[in-house]
Amino acid sequence: MSKHLQKPPGVPLREEDFEAQRVLSVMYRPKMRYSWATGVAIGRFLKGLRAGKIIGTQCAHCRRIVVPPRVFCEWCFRPVNDWVDLPDTGIINTFSVSYISTDTTKLKTPIIPAVIEIDGTTHAGFLHVIGEAKPETLKIGTRVKAVWAESTKRRGSITDIRYFKPAEWKP
Amino acid sequence: MQGSKTEASLLRSVAIVGVGITELKSSTPQVSYKELIFEAAQKAYEDAGLNPRKDIESFVCSSEDFLEGTSIFDEYVPDQLGAVLKPVCTISADGMYSLAAAYMQILTGLFDVVAVEAHSKASDIVNLSTVYDMALDPVYTRPLGLNASFVAGLEMSKFLHSRGAGTNHCRMVVAKNRKNALSNSLAMYGGIVEAKGESQNPVLSYPLTEYDVAPVADGAAVVVLASEDAAEHLRDDPVWVKGLGWASDSPTLETRDWLDATYVRLASKQAYQSAKLRNPAKDIQIAEIDDTYSYKELQHLEALGLIGDAKAHTLLEQGAFERDGVLPVNPSGGSIGMGHTLEMSGLVRVVELVLQLRGEADRHQIKGVETGIAQCWRGIPTTSGAVVILSNR
Repeated sequence: MSKHLQKPPGVPLREEDFEAQRVLSVMYRPKMRYSWATGVAIGRFLKGLRAGKIIGTQCAHCRRIVVPPRVFCEWCFRPVNDWVDLPDTGIINTFSVSYISTDTTKLKTPIIPAVIEIDGTTHAGFLHVIGEAKPETLKIGTRVKAVWAESTKRRGSITDIRYFKPAEWKP
Repeated sequence: MQGSKTEASLLRSVAIVGVGITELKSSTPQVSYKELIFEAAQKAYEDAGLNPRKDIESFVCSSEDFLEGTSIFDEYVPDQLGAVLKPVCTISADGMYSLAAAYMQILTGLFDVVAVEAHSKASDIVNLSTVYDMALDPVYTRPLGLNASFVAGLEMSKFLHSRGAGTNHCRMVVAKNRKNALSNSLAMYGGIVEAKGESQNPVLSYPLTEYDVAPVADGAAVVVLASEDAAEHLRDDPVWVKGLGWASDSPTLETRDWLDATYVRLASKQAYQSAKLRNPAKDIQIAEIDDTYSYKELQHLEALGLIGDAKAHTLLEQGAFERDGVLPVNPSGGSIGMGHTLEMSGLVRVVELVLQLRGEADRHQIKGVETGIAQCWRGIPTTSGAVVILSNR
């Protein structure tokens, strides 16, 4: 506030003003629904997850292997049709420790989102979460392995991998 | 400042050097929107003889977040276009607006080769009408509880009444466009339908029936534009962008002109001016225009100023807009015959016009056309549209 204005002008609105309808308000809840087609690449990727496999693609031109897969190489702009089964291990490219939920409430147990570079890929990995780890023990470059949902519970979703957990380095 | 408008059009000539379009389909469950766009992009770059990673300098896309179900959709377009690590921007408007933006990027000398993209994944949207409902004012219109198609009903009512036209004329538009679509291999809804007699179709918002509405379709289109110098290196038959314009009427439902498509009147005036067409009715031999609703084709035709003071429905009765008429209108089948492709609709009109001017329009080719017009409308509840004039000379 300035020297001429010690407090904001007007009357602050309180929750009970809305409840008592002393203030005009309009409630509108959007009813948007979509049924996105996964397409060739993501469809095959999700089918792979249901089978407990991580599937990527390799560009025949630049040789880059990416996951999630795609039917074109965005660097070379060429069609891609070489499918590769990848291991479920990799390293943390970057991670964060998230203390806020999707509805913006504070989380007691934080979620650890991470970009995981799956072994065999070239600077391409997918986004997932880290489990079975204390945030303070994690480092960029920490080696991780997928923890899968039970096969009967997998449904062709990114959540078929429950999380990645720190793993031993294997020579 | 005097004369600056005409000087601007003299800066540089811009041509369309490549077009790519997928077949329009009522649904495409086998591919994602990215894969659909990739197909159109490949076709366009092949057509232009260009490698997007080397030769295309900038990309302009059209999308509307509510239609995608993803906010800030801009970030989802570069990969499938070959636009990674390049200048890209997305416009929340019909593809023809993106074409205008790309045209200006070249006109200024900033770039020589620019690609334009628009697509429709209408089959991904479970309740499309909600998107239109949400375009209404949330405070004083939505609480009335109306399906947004009432806006078309109001307009159709006013237009037919004041012109002395009937719903039979609207049915004639549908019959013409669906018949035209039969010869277009890209079109989804070709067919022979009865033009006369009372329609048994469900009324959506009187006098608008289901029959009057262009059914939606999926598809993707990419158009490559180039400066004069670049275009002449690329191909012998570039199609020149002679002029374009875009405009909005007073958009509110309370103050707009319910009778006249003022936005088209203004946009076409701008386009004729920049194309230096003194007598557009004489110079323009073919029109690919918006027919989201049957009556819209008639209303847009009158606003384009191509038929003088005549009434569109009278000329329609005389067969003036048939393929062998004085002014073929939507020989492609329009949105009614090809399928309405949301923000891609205007770009479909452009692609069809380019094919006509190159003499490559398949079984619906109009012989000997040199100059044509394409026009788009952004759909209900808007009063916005664009116009582009193309020529092979």
